[in-house]
Amino acid sequence: MVLDRWIALIFVTFCCIYGYAAFFTMDHLLPPFMQRNPVWPSTFPKILAVFGIIAGLIVLLGIETLGKSEKVPRTTDIDYRRLTDYKLGQALVLLGLMVAYALMLRPAGFLAATAVFLVASSFVLGERKFLIMVVVAALATGFVWYLVQEVLGIFLRPFPFFMGT
Amino acid sequence: MIEGILIGLSAAFSIQNLLMVIAGCLIGTFIGMLPGLGPMSIIAIMIPVAITLGDPAAALILLAGVYYGAIFGGSTSSILLNAPGVAGTVATSFDGYPMAQNGQAGKALTIAAVASFAGGTLGAILLMIFAPVLSQVALSFHSAEYFALMVVGLSAIAAFTGTGQVAKALMMTILGLILATVGEGALFNLPRFTMGLMDLQSGISFITLAMAMFALPEAMFLVINPVRSASGGRSGKIDNLRFSREEGRAMVPVIGRQSVQGFFIGVLPGAGATIASFLGYAVERNLAKGEEQAAFGKGAVKGLAAPETANNAACVGSFVPLLTLGIPGSGTTAILLGALIALNVTPGPRLMTDTPEIFWAVIISMFIGNLVLLILNLPLIPYIAKILAIPRTYLIPFILFFTLMGAYIGQNNATELLILVGLGVMATLLRFADYPLAPLLIGFILGTMLEDNFARSMQLYRGLDFIFERPMTLTLLVVALLLVLLPSYRAHRVRKRAEND
Repeated sequence: MVLDRWIALIFVTFCCIYGYAAFFTMDHLLPPFMQRNPVWPSTFPKILAVFGIIAGLIVLLGIETLGKSEKVPRTTDIDYRRLTDYKLGQALVLLGLMVAYALMLRPAGFLAATAVFLVASSFVLGERKFLIMVVVAALATGFVWYLVQEVLGIFLRPFPFFMGT
Repeated sequence: MIEGILIGLSAAFSIQNLLMVIAGCLIGTFIGMLPGLGPMSIIAIMIPVAITLGDPAAALILLAGVYYGAIFGGSTSSILLNAPGVAGTVATSFDGYPMAQNGQAGKALTIAAVASFAGGTLGAILLMIFAPVLSQVALSFHSAEYFALMVVGLSAIAAFTGTGQVAKALMMTILGLILATVGEGALFNLPRFTMGLMDLQSGISFITLAMAMFALPEAMFLVINPVRSASGGRSGKIDNLRFSREEGRAMVPVIGRQSVQGFFIGVLPGAGATIASFLGYAVERNLAKGEEQAAFGKGAVKGLAAPETANNAACVGSFVPLLTLGIPGSGTTAILLGALIALNVTPGPRLMTDTPEIFWAVIISMFIGNLVLLILNLPLIPYIAKILAIPRTYLIPFILFFTLMGAYIGQNNATELLILVGLGVMATLLRFADYPLAPLLIGFILGTMLEDNFARSMQLYRGLDFIFERPMTLTLLVVALLLVLLPSYRAHRVRKRAEND
């Protein structure tokens, strides 16, 4: 089964769970005065679940699939069947770095977390000129912090938690 | 209308707003030039900045400037590198790139800029004429009609995705609508589908979703496939920016035709700049005769002017449903709608009467934006093009960082970054499987409004009677059904024919 149909299968399963929540778990929490309303908080989700299952099944069962004579134009030039030919490892490490950045942003402070993230990402992508990497990361981090904190007025804690705000 | 134009002129010509247009156009061009980063990603990244401005008119002017700039920047990378930054400028590379290869990169850029300027300006004039008329009609709409109109919009977006893709687009629209039901709805004040998580109480942030759907997958694709970003920085020599009088004369009818055609294609939900530019190119090639037709694809002036005019006119056209009905017809206008809602402005027919300064300032800023692109950006292109020389080892980390910052600044919450990464991985997988993502975002942004109008209609008519008691609603819903069924029927016939063969 190709990827799009796997995704359709996951989507149909998701809609079934969503529909179950809408049909069977939401309504008993409703206060009595709201129950006299023609529309409940669960009404729209119920409709969405039904339509979602129908649309998902159309893709899953290949009802709309075209013949070989007419190909659907692809939106990406990357063939997922040959993913290992590409730099998949780099992408996964970068995703890991993004998660680490999300977790470290508060405890390590904006300046340290951002500078480390930028240097580490460049390193993962193959950059080895450490001096340039550090200088670029430090300048960019300082500039963005100044822009966000001072110009836009959005608070970003610059230093680690043990150094106060 | 004259009064409105004067209001718009006074608002748009304030120092702050003029700076916004110029900054927006420059930033848009700068980032739009990077292969893989489309206007949706750029606008999503710029939204937190726009929202912090606090002034809706200035915010919308900035974002609209970024939008035109990004399209222009996309054309530049199409011409110089054959690497379109956006789908809407793919057709530009057909003749723009051969022209650049023939040593006429400067001329190609000027033709693209002039065609964009003309398309954008004529489109803005058409917008000035049609938007107020449509607003007047839309003022008579009730909740039921709005609900039906949104259903039509969403169906049209799915229907225009392409043969064989309608069910996938519908799936994505429904997923967007489902995501919009997460959190506390304004109508019921009850948390739904939050799974007990406090961070989901206020729902998923649309900026996070926009970043996850567009910016992150693009960045991931640049990582996975280095060829996409390996521009090598060879932007060719851009010296002579002039074109001849004959070439100018040849462009005039093309610009006239494609401005009108592009504008009306842009008005249709889901059609937008990509279809307008391809169709514009095809129409002009068919209209050309003999040698002129043979030159298409080898550096023809008309082949470059047609898609450039059409995609800019279509960009302006896509503002019509946004400004008059409050319904976005494209991913980009959906993001703009999200930004407006965040600024407590509800676009729709009342926008023109309640806040005319926003409505007209945006329209006037389109003229200024196009002028800025022509007189300011064009001479700067050789310098801006230097951005193409930034190595990917620096470029990609910064794209990722700005994506993260965009989501973080919007909510000031680190959990938002984890949601961003999760949704981004999902979006990348969906892109691999050729699922269109714009319908998801449009569904998400329209979700709350769709449900509100549906619920209000249900309450007014004590049930589903509103569908049958209001002829306009019924007609619109039938149109929506046909829009979805007709392409499916066509796909079915294509398959049957293929099986018989």
